[in-house]
Formats: sequence, structure tokens, C-alpha cells
Amino acid sequence: MNIMTEASVEQKLSSGANEPSIKMKGEKVSVHYGEKRALFDVDLDVRENQVTALIGPSGCGKSTFLRCLNRMNDTIDIARVSGKITLDSEDIYDPKIDVVELRARVGMVFQKPNPFPKSIYENVAYGPRIHGLARGKAELDGIVESSLKKAGLFNEVKDRLLESGTGLSGGQQQRLCIARAIAVSPEVILMDEPCSALDPIATARVEELIDELRQNYTIVIVTHSMQQAARVSQRTAMFHLGYLVEEGATDKMFTNPDDKRTQDYITGRFG
Amino acid sequence: MTDAIASFGAGGRPVSIHTDDAAKARLKGRYRAEAWFKWLGAGAVALAGFFLVLLLSTVVTQAIPALRLNYLTLPIDLSAAKVDPAKLDEVNYDSIAQEALAAKFPDVTRRQDKRLLRGLISTGTGVFLRKDIAADPGMLGGTVDYAVPLDDFADLYLKGLLADVGSDEAISTSVTPSGTSGDIDLTFGDNGMLALARGHGATEAENGMLTLTSGASSLLVVFNGGTVKLTALSPGANGTAIAKGTVIEALDSTAPAASGQASLRVIDTPEASRKISDKEIVWLDTLKSAGLIESRFNSIFFFTGASREPELAGVWGAVVGSFLTMIVTLAIAFPIGVSAAIYLEEFAPKNRLTTIIEVNINNLAAVPSIVFGLLGLAVFLNFFGLPRSAPVVGGMVLALMTLPIIIIASRASLRAVPPSIREAALGIGASKVQTVFHHVLPLAMPGIMTGTILGMAHALGETAPLLMIGMVAFIVDIPGGFTDPATILPVQIFMWADFPEAGFQQKTSAAILILLLFLVIMNAIAVILRRRFERRW
Repeated sequence: MNIMTEASVEQKLSSGANEPSIKMKGEKVSVHYGEKRALFDVDLDVRENQVTALIGPSGCGKSTFLRCLNRMNDTIDIARVSGKITLDSEDIYDPKIDVVELRARVGMVFQKPNPFPKSIYENVAYGPRIHGLARGKAELDGIVESSLKKAGLFNEVKDRLLESGTGLSGGQQQRLCIARAIAVSPEVILMDEPCSALDPIATARVEELIDELRQNYTIVIVTHSMQQAARVSQRTAMFHLGYLVEEGATDKMFTNPDDKRTQDYITGRFG
Repeated sequence: MTDAIASFGAGGRPVSIHTDDAAKARLKGRYRAEAWFKWLGAGAVALAGFFLVLLLSTVVTQAIPALRLNYLTLPIDLSAAKVDPAKLDEVNYDSIAQEALAAKFPDVTRRQDKRLLRGLISTGTGVFLRKDIAADPGMLGGTVDYAVPLDDFADLYLKGLLADVGSDEAISTSVTPSGTSGDIDLTFGDNGMLALARGHGATEAENGMLTLTSGASSLLVVFNGGTVKLTALSPGANGTAIAKGTVIEALDSTAPAASGQASLRVIDTPEASRKISDKEIVWLDTLKSAGLIESRFNSIFFFTGASREPELAGVWGAVVGSFLTMIVTLAIAFPIGVSAAIYLEEFAPKNRLTTIIEVNINNLAAVPSIVFGLLGLAVFLNFFGLPRSAPVVGGMVLALMTLPIIIIASRASLRAVPPSIREAALGIGASKVQTVFHHVLPLAMPGIMTGTILGMAHALGETAPLLMIGMVAFIVDIPGGFTDPATILPVQIFMWADFPEAGFQQKTSAAILILLLFLVIMNAIAVILRRRFERRW
């Protein structure tokens, strides 16, 4: 059990209510790529220790919104974000916010598994090392082991920690990337279609993992698979053409959506 | 049923737009074009290969003679009478060696001939002798057998590069000399020699007199332990032939040589069109047949600096100069080039200014190299007053020339690092600098190294800009530092190619070979780096 887990448990207790507290909040979030507007005034809450799924047809802005949450859009020169996004009531686009610290608190797992072309150990140890989370080799070893265990990968790779991370199978690589994200002890993990490059068995493993991770982390996941959204998430947000169409508890969204577009998309009539 | 059959072709297959005759013709045309293209491509490759082989074989065959040098072993008198051990620096070692050589040919007495004989050994003999005595004083006190390098013409003659040496056959008739030295008459038993002389370019007068001028081949009659050069021939009585000749090496006696005892040596190249006289040839042949001349590995060529004497000229000075220059180039161009590439690729905002800079870097790579030389001359020498002919300035000029190449190659390999790696690092909270230096740069390094090595190889072969800053000077000393006057390999080649002495031809080719060797090694390193560290995603 690491420090983060205890902290989040504390937070959970302090909130006291049945409804989990709001971890991240987006208010009137708009994104422009140059002249083109990709996101229109999106208001969306991300609740603590829940999995929030973002669904919608391609090009609907769900990944754009996700990338706003840890300011990955900053890396795109022409992207311009307006509106307000808070993490624990703190505006993350405030000039006083250090983006490095923000990304340590809000980790990210990408669509295509992208381990560093270094050893498995180095992949996981890199984050804690640059953030100075471990004092000494033993502590770093401990973080690497616990992260790999939480990502359900430790037993498969414990004998070859010094082999290259790129030599693993696709599913293992994605779990390695999850372990790498966990190792920094983030509060929120963003996942951008983490299973789109994986086969069904590896997908099942990752989905199981997401469900386990929910205990300790807040997760936002973008997915193209309705079944996946239904299986792993507690809340679902439906995007279409840059607008947030509808947002609510996953059970309700998949059984009785308010908006016709959501219904049509979920039942496969468009998208 | 007949209607149905009509729509089928001969093979029973249905005829359609893809199977009718026009379609078949089109397909055939496509294959023909493909075959043409293949043959043209193969032809182009073969032609390029042919020229490459031609070039390399020419250079190699020209260079091979320069790898060996002929040495003459002489008994040199280093007794106290000649060399005072207390005043080693005041001794004229050259004359000691020349005396030893003259002792081998006691009958050479004329002043001109003596000078010719002295010229057989290198003018550097004294220097070598002094150096060796300084290293090993045990040589002093008596007579030692010491190998001295031969002069370039003597060396070239022995390598067969100066004169076409023709036949050397026994004369099938008797030869009777009228004397043993000076100008003598020879009487041959039959007149076969006349036809031979005609065949070798003798001029015939109306009275049947044949004159062998310096424009004809040299006919040397070797018998009675000496050599006679024929100058004129005329028919004698009873089918004999009478020849006039000059004795080059004294005969033992005036006894007639019986048939088969004398031999005729023909030097096909006329004396007037070669750089070595008959006398020198005879002396060298005598020394060689006495076993005093030996061909050794030419260490002088590899380990000494430049010289006006071909047999004393070496590439080491130029190699060291090139090495020092390359160090300066690398030390300047690599850090600046890679830093510039990283900044432009990873940090610089994409605006009009950076676009202009980018375009100009690309243009800079295409600027003729002599322009960089002019820049070096104007800025480094005239404005900053840096030393002329120095590797430090040469290195700076070449660094300017190599910079755009390194920047372009580095940017290309930085761009080739997949964005997913950058995202991965940024996604776990690495800063921009950490992302670049921990992840992007190590992955781009093999490409950057390859580009750098190729840029350096380019710089190593560059001549023009260094001419402008005075590295074309004739420098005998091996440079000891970055500010010493120096020259570099390609400039050395350029200078040697310009020298009139025949001995430099082979040196030029050998130096080209050394330069090519360095380039091949550098390119091989580039290939190995690429193979070894290239990663695939």
C-alpha cells in the first residue's frame, strides 16, 4: 500500500456523502485548432474514484477534451483552450500552475502502447526518478514492483525486468504503460482508447485492471467500444461534433438516454 | 447455345474488357516498359561500377610502387679520422656516403661522371646517417654497412618506371675490342649487328655508316667484365662489322670474346627521352647484380613530412595536419550543430523568423566551399588576426562548412523520433528539456552521429577553402599543435599532383589511396553505428 492510496481513502472518507466528490471539473471548455473550433463550451465533471467514459463518433472532440485535462494540448502549437478546468477546485490553466506538476498528478495512457525503448525497469522507474519520489535504490525498486503489481504485469516480467520494454506483447506493453503512469502516484489517470490496438484477451485484462485501479485512482477513458464503456465506467459522457450531448450514470445512458443522438449512437445507427 | 459460345474466347474464358486483345496488348506494353526500365537501371549501375573499378584500379596500380623504396648498402667509414665523436654535428655525412659510393667505381674519374654517380643516392642520406648515429653511437669507430635511400630517378629506374629495358641476349659472334677504356673500336665477327642497329633507330649515312644518336635506343655490349655503349657502326671487310663505342665500365682486357660470351643489352627508350643516363643505368645494374640494392617498405613515405625530393617526401605531416584540423572541426561543429538542431526542432516557435533561418541553413549547405575559405580569410585571418596555415583556422572554416550538414542531418533524425515517445515522457510529467535529453536525443543519436561522420568525411576531402587560408604552404615539419603551420591530405595531394618530378606521380596516387582509406573507415563507422543503434518502432 503506498502513500497515494491512503491519501485517496482519506479524501473519500472526508467527502462523507454517497455521491463521490468532484475531482475535476470542466466549465465552458472550448478548444480551437487554429481557425477550426474543435470543442464547444463543454461542461463536464469527473468524479473521484470513478471511471468516466467519453464516447462519441470519430472527430467528436472526446480526445481533445481528454488532452485538456492534463494540458497535453499545450504541445500542439496551434491549439488554444478557453474556459475553465479545475483539479480539486484549482484552475489548471492558471499561469501559476506548473504543468510538470499537473501532469504528475494527472497521468496519461495513450492509444498506442508507447513504452520507452529502455528496459522494463527503467520504463517504470523513470517517472519516480525525475520527480524525486524515491530516496535510494531500494525505495525505487519498491515503487517499480508495486506499480507493476498494480498493473498486473509483475508476475509476467519479474524475471526480465532488465529486458527492453518494446520486446513485450502489445497487451503487456499497454499494461507497462499503465504501470509507468501509476508509478508517479497520480490522482487521475487519463486513458485515450487504451485498448484500440489490443486483441480481445489483452483488452479483457486491461479492462479488469481499470476496474481494480478505480479503487485508488480517478479514471477518465476515451473509448470507441460501447461495450467497454458499459463494462468499465460508472459515468458516461457522449460527445458529438464538438458538443457534449449528454452526460450521466452509465446504467442510465445505456438503457434510457435522454438524447436521441445518444440512443442512435449506442444502438449503432450512426457513428 | 451458339450465342452463349460467342461471348467466350478461344480458351473458353469469357471475353471482357480485361481479357480482349486490346487488353492483352496493353498488358504486354506494360511489361515491356517494365523490362526496359529494369535494363536501363541495371545498365546505369553497371556503368557506375565499371568507372569505380577503373578509378580504383588506376589509383592502386599507380600507388603500389610508392609503397617500396630501394636502398643501397654501402660500407661507410665512420672511423675517428672521418667522424670526430666530439663534434658529431659538424661532420659532412653526405660526403662520407658519397666517398663510399665512389669507392665502388674507382675508374669513374671525370668530374661530370662523379657528379652523376653522387646523384644516385638521396640528398637526404646525410640527415639519416646523422640521426642514426645520434641514436646509436656504437656505429662509430669503424666501417659499417649502412643502407642509404636511392635518389628518386635511380629508384624509379629500378622499379622499371623510367625506361623501357629491352632485350638482353648473348651475341652469337665474336667481339674484339681495340682498348679497355675511353672511345674504342669493336669488331664483330659478322654483320648481324648492323641490321639490329637499323631496327633500333640508328641513322644511316650514304656511305653505309650507322650512327646511334641519343634519339635511338641504347645498345650496350657487355663483355670482359665491362660495358661498352655503341655510338656508330659500319660494315667491315669479309662480312664483319666495325663499331665505335664508349666504354662505360672498363674492360678487363682486350682479349676477343668468343661467340656467345658477350651479350647485348638494349634500352629501348632513347637516352634523350628519359631522365636517367646510360651510365647511371649501368652503375645501378652493377650495384644491383652485386646484391647491394634491396627494395624495402617505404617507411619514409608514411612517417615523414613533405619534401621537395620525392624519395624523402612523406604524408605523415599532412595526416597529422588533417587530424588536428578534423579535431577542431568536430569540436566546433558537433556541439553547435546538434544544439542548433535541437533548439530549432524542439523548442523554437514556428514563425516567420525560424522559417527564414531554416531556409538559410538549407541554402548554406549548398554554398560553394571556396566561399567559406574566403570568409575564413576575411574574418579569421584578417579581422581576428589568427595564425595563417594553422589547423585551428582550417578547422574553424571546415566547421562552418560542416555545420549546415550536421544541423540538417540532426533535425531529420530528431524528427524521425516518433511523437509517441515525446508524449509518453510529457504524459508522466517530464519537462520539455527532460523529454528531449532523456528520450528524444538518445534515440536520434545514431542518426546524428551518422550525419556528423558523413559531414566530417566531406570536410576531410575538402581542399578549396583551405587554399584560401594558406594551408597550401610547403611545410616540412610535422605540426605539433593547433597553431603550427600545417597542411592537410587533400591539399598535399593537390600540391604533389602539381610537382613536375616523376617520383611524385606515385606519391600522389599513394596519398589519394590513404585519403580514400580514411574516408572508407569513416563511412564504415557511420554504417556500423546506423546498423547497431538503429531502433524500429
